[in-house]
Amino acid sequence: MSTVSETTHDSAVAMSAPPSPDDGLSAAELAKKYGLAVSGARPPLGEYARQLWARRHFILAFSRAKLTAQYSKAKLGQVWQVATPLLNATVYFLIFGLLMQQSKGMGIKTYIPFLVTGIFVFTFTQSSAMAGVRAISGNLGLVRALHFPRAALPISFALQQLQQLLYSMVVLFLFLLGFGHMPSLSWLLIVPVLVFQFCFNTGLAMVLARAGSKTPDLAQLLPFVTRTWMYASGVMYSLVDALEKAKAPGWVVDVLSANPAAVYIDLMRWSLIENHSRIHLPPHVWSLALGWALVFGVGGFVYFWKAEEQYGRG
Amino acid sequence: MAEQNPTGAPEAPAPSPVPSGPRIPTVIADDVHIVYRVYGGSTGRGSATAALNRLVRRTPGAGVREVHAVKGVSFTAYRGEAIGLIGSNGSGKSTLLKAIAGLLPAERGKVYTDGQPSLLGVNAAMMNDLTGEKNVMLGGLAMGMSREQIRERYQGIVDFSGINEKGDFITLPMRTYSSGMAARLRFSIAAAKDHDVLMIDEALATGDRSFQKRSEARIRELRKEAGTVFLVSHNNRSIRDTCDRVLWLEHGQLLMDGPTEEVVRAYEKETAR
Repeated sequence: MSTVSETTHDSAVAMSAPPSPDDGLSAAELAKKYGLAVSGARPPLGEYARQLWARRHFILAFSRAKLTAQYSKAKLGQVWQVATPLLNATVYFLIFGLLMQQSKGMGIKTYIPFLVTGIFVFTFTQSSAMAGVRAISGNLGLVRALHFPRAALPISFALQQLQQLLYSMVVLFLFLLGFGHMPSLSWLLIVPVLVFQFCFNTGLAMVLARAGSKTPDLAQLLPFVTRTWMYASGVMYSLVDALEKAKAPGWVVDVLSANPAAVYIDLMRWSLIENHSRIHLPPHVWSLALGWALVFGVGGFVYFWKAEEQYGRG
Repeated sequence: MAEQNPTGAPEAPAPSPVPSGPRIPTVIADDVHIVYRVYGGSTGRGSATAALNRLVRRTPGAGVREVHAVKGVSFTAYRGEAIGLIGSNGSGKSTLLKAIAGLLPAERGKVYTDGQPSLLGVNAAMMNDLTGEKNVMLGGLAMGMSREQIRERYQGIVDFSGINEKGDFITLPMRTYSSGMAARLRFSIAAAKDHDVLMIDEALATGDRSFQKRSEARIRELRKEAGTVFLVSHNNRSIRDTCDRVLWLEHGQLLMDGPTEEVVRAYEKETAR
């Protein structure tokens, strides 16, 4: 019943198939006649976005599953979702708050929430970047076994980090209350900040996912980059104060405080901490926050999509 | 994509191979070459300093090896066929399937397909630390099923896998399953979806005899629903039971393509030596 296609090797067995009108056609012509499409071709951007939306339940389920699987062997189980950020904040409190007395000038009551906010917000971006760079290269098995828009992976990892951050926010609220910062209306501002930061992180994760799929070595390099980034974003100290103390030129202050991590950290602090006056915010801070989110969110998505058919090659 | 028999050709009864009427191609492979790129053997995620050292010293292209896994394979598969792929280990069978599924890009040549071929490879999406229950949901979503579809078929999947025959295992993490149990659950999830072109890679090697029987029946059923089924197996008996056409690959090249008996006999003669 079966024939060998016209171009195949001659070692194949001759078959007694009935002559068909398709016999003279080349593979491409035959494919066209029956409406066959090239397997694994990249869909247009709009279609790609639609496919991705259709997979939203998978994206969410995958990120939740990763989050749950993280602590499923521990005896305390999901308690670690909150305990880990709590311990993290405590360590920084011991070192910077008690040992190094870094809180001078700000007062311990402000400094600890200041520090904890900075760490949690920066960790959100940092771990999204780390997960992003391995989103494709660390999941080749999945990429080579199942068909779905690959952007689902970096988005899913960024979403996992967002859920992790929401657990951390519980700890942060405890710290805020513990240091006497009562909830106010400005706390609601963290919602748009989180949305912007999540868009930025997702875009960043997509950019890094594409880069990391071509050059897996980036996963090794990235920790150095994020650590430098952390010190340049004023996670543990007030960026403006530190730079003024070092007598840095004005443009350095402007550039560093306009970097996305610093913008999101400062906006979050400004929304949550009473004594954190507006002075620390760079001009046009909300436009910056939105701008970074759009540039990376949209740009990262398009950049990732451009290489869609190449993921999985190795 | 999912419509069946658009030309009105009668659906062939499961074991009978030849559908009458015009033969409609579902998969066309046109001189497909696949090259893997493998980065140096010893890349662990070691200490950061070692990584930096490697980056500094790295010369472009060093440490990359190319593996030419499939070398110019061409064939046309038609609706209603069940095609077996045989060949020794490393002959490029699984790689070829992945290229047909569009999961591995072809270096040269093209694969044309009708709709989206799916590989029975749901295991990659599953996580050992999650319960079987959650893995059914995750695996189903990964294959592109909707939540409602999965909920509808959930009981069927669990029953088919036979996981709960020896107690309530489906609510335990998958790492507690025996390898046979895990394989059975994977197959059950993967087989729960309707496919246009379905590719099965050694799925039948695991599981006990009664489960293998059930799987083969399910494959015949899938083949009736799907246009075309591909099966990679080292078990010539299961190839004979399920396939009516066989491709024999060796060293990434198509050695033989023809009716099951002919090709399998030639293959057995070759391997018996």
